[in-house]
Amino acid sequence: MTLAAEPTLLGAEDFRVTRSRRNVTWNGIGVLAVVVVLALFPYIVYSGTTAIMVQAFIVLTMASMWNLLAGYAGLVSVGQQAFVGLGAYFVLILALHGTSPFAALPVAAIACGVAALPMWWLVSRLRSGYFAIATWVLAAAIMLFVQRFQSLGGGTGLPLPGLTGMSPTLLTAYTYWAGLAVTVLALLAIYLLLRGRTGLVLTAIRDDEVAARSSGARVGLARLLVFVVAGVGCGAAGAVLAISQLQVQPSADFSVQWTAEMAFATIIGGLGTIEGPIIGTAVYMVLQQTLASYNAWYLIILGLVAIGVALFARRGLWGLVDARLNLRLFPVGYWLRAPAGNGGRTGQAGEEAVAD
Amino acid sequence: MAWVNAIIQGVLTGGLYALFACGLSLMFGVMKVVNLAHGDLAVVAGYVAIGIITATHIPVLWSVVVVVPVMAVLGYVLQRTLIQSALNRGVLTTLIVTLGVSMVIENGLLQFFTANTRGIGPNLSLVTSSFSLGSQIQIAWLLVVIFAVAVVVLLGLQYFLSGSKYGRLIRATADDQEAVQLAGADYRHVFGIAAALALGTVALGGIAYGMYADLDPTAGTDTILLFAFVAVVIGGLGSLWGTLLGGVVLGVAQQIGAQINFSYEVLAGYIVFLAILVLRPEGLTTRKAQS
Repeated sequence: MTLAAEPTLLGAEDFRVTRSRRNVTWNGIGVLAVVVVLALFPYIVYSGTTAIMVQAFIVLTMASMWNLLAGYAGLVSVGQQAFVGLGAYFVLILALHGTSPFAALPVAAIACGVAALPMWWLVSRLRSGYFAIATWVLAAAIMLFVQRFQSLGGGTGLPLPGLTGMSPTLLTAYTYWAGLAVTVLALLAIYLLLRGRTGLVLTAIRDDEVAARSSGARVGLARLLVFVVAGVGCGAAGAVLAISQLQVQPSADFSVQWTAEMAFATIIGGLGTIEGPIIGTAVYMVLQQTLASYNAWYLIILGLVAIGVALFARRGLWGLVDARLNLRLFPVGYWLRAPAGNGGRTGQAGEEAVAD
Repeated sequence: MAWVNAIIQGVLTGGLYALFACGLSLMFGVMKVVNLAHGDLAVVAGYVAIGIITATHIPVLWSVVVVVPVMAVLGYVLQRTLIQSALNRGVLTTLIVTLGVSMVIENGLLQFFTANTRGIGPNLSLVTSSFSLGSQIQIAWLLVVIFAVAVVVLLGLQYFLSGSKYGRLIRATADDQEAVQLAGADYRHVFGIAAALALGTVALGGIAYGMYADLDPTAGTDTILLFAFVAVVIGGLGSLWGTLLGGVVLGVAQQIGAQINFSYEVLAGYIVFLAILVLRPEGLTTRKAQS
């Protein structure tokens, strides 16, 4: 970014390029405080509440990954459930060999990242809609393949061993912390990825892919990196899922419903912003908890809300907040600050690169 | 002899898959929409047929006469409202909206009609009867009829697209919608017609599937959408006869897989799909550019 290199009437030295219009230190302290409070939750609230929070962490991690894929890299995957299921199964495999499921979690996540490489090689040949269904077919094929192994429970799955000795209180707390750690690391990874060089390449692709390619941006590499990171993230979410349910089941863990949920949470919250999936997950959890006794209704309503938001409020709920307050919890773009007296939205450049 | 049987059965099931696939192919070819609700709409057609048959006691096959036009009208309305406004906002929105429609339909069916499977006309002689070739090969009349229907539908589509006024308009719109607009035709109406045609074939596919196997709320995504997509990719994008070829290849792959081990049936089809994706990527992309 050589924004200051262009000579302008005002003189380039009068402009300053910043990440945010506000001081980000306070944002950082705020986020840290939230994480600390969340980490203390098992001491404060009932285990029923932490169980719901774990579910929220799983959905938030997955939604953030889907947002990275669709909102930043333009890869609409309907096959992310492949990684959720693989994450759960890798934990099961390691647990069956005597590893603690908690120690197996990071290994499972990385294994999902490795599995993403051949999968990318297969599906990267297709674009947009066909990419979407190809990932779906791939996820279905992986589920059928996993079901072939009778030692992994075949079509019915297995209970997760290795945690039976633990006291329920401790298990709930550990599961909660595992979920929290996965979510915080996932958000941090996405934040750093988007602030770095890859973020710039992704922004360039989104604005004009051909121009980005001809300027030497390594488009394929950036997309591959995003696909692998999303694989690791969804795999970690799947591992947490297996630990929280103490059960691995092919049709549930490889269900396309996971991708529907992550996509809808992202769309409702706001695609292409890190804050969007957080808001979307909150909406998702409220709907799911309120309508839990009405079976499939929360998915019907979630689907309808997502259709409505996609058509009528393209930037999602966070977009509505952002449009009014100009607020950014995770500043990943740039803000060109004009000399005194010429501030406000007219003085920005590149910044909206991320917000639109 | 068992292998010959597997191949014959596979070719015949391929007709059913081609019937699933031609609507998906048509909608992608004309308006570049990948309709993720494709399979669920087929299941809806099947459920509507079951509802009409139980309510009015008309002969099972007569339900086709009612359901196909109903689904065609639904297709036109869906295209002119939801899908068109999604299209105006980009490819991503069409995927989200059709995925939303898919989830709403699937869970709606689950909510109102339970997860129970139901078939169309399970006692019909067409569904139950078969004939034998030699001593080991039993061929169900139903599959032969479905294959014939698929061929007739593809011939009809071919004839319509190349011979009729609307068909030419559809092909022109697929090539250049702005030029069509400049020449005085409303491309949105043309899109609506194409969607109506596509959902007409979807209705046939749903009813055929309901007679061949049993319908349940998840059949739309688990089976119909994915098989349709696999058939389209194997056969080559944007080609109607390629769709039939793709369906046949998928059907034969599945039957041969089932012959090796009963539980390999579906997996074998997907493996062939992945192999085609690896071995003929350039074929896929060049066809895609043409469509």
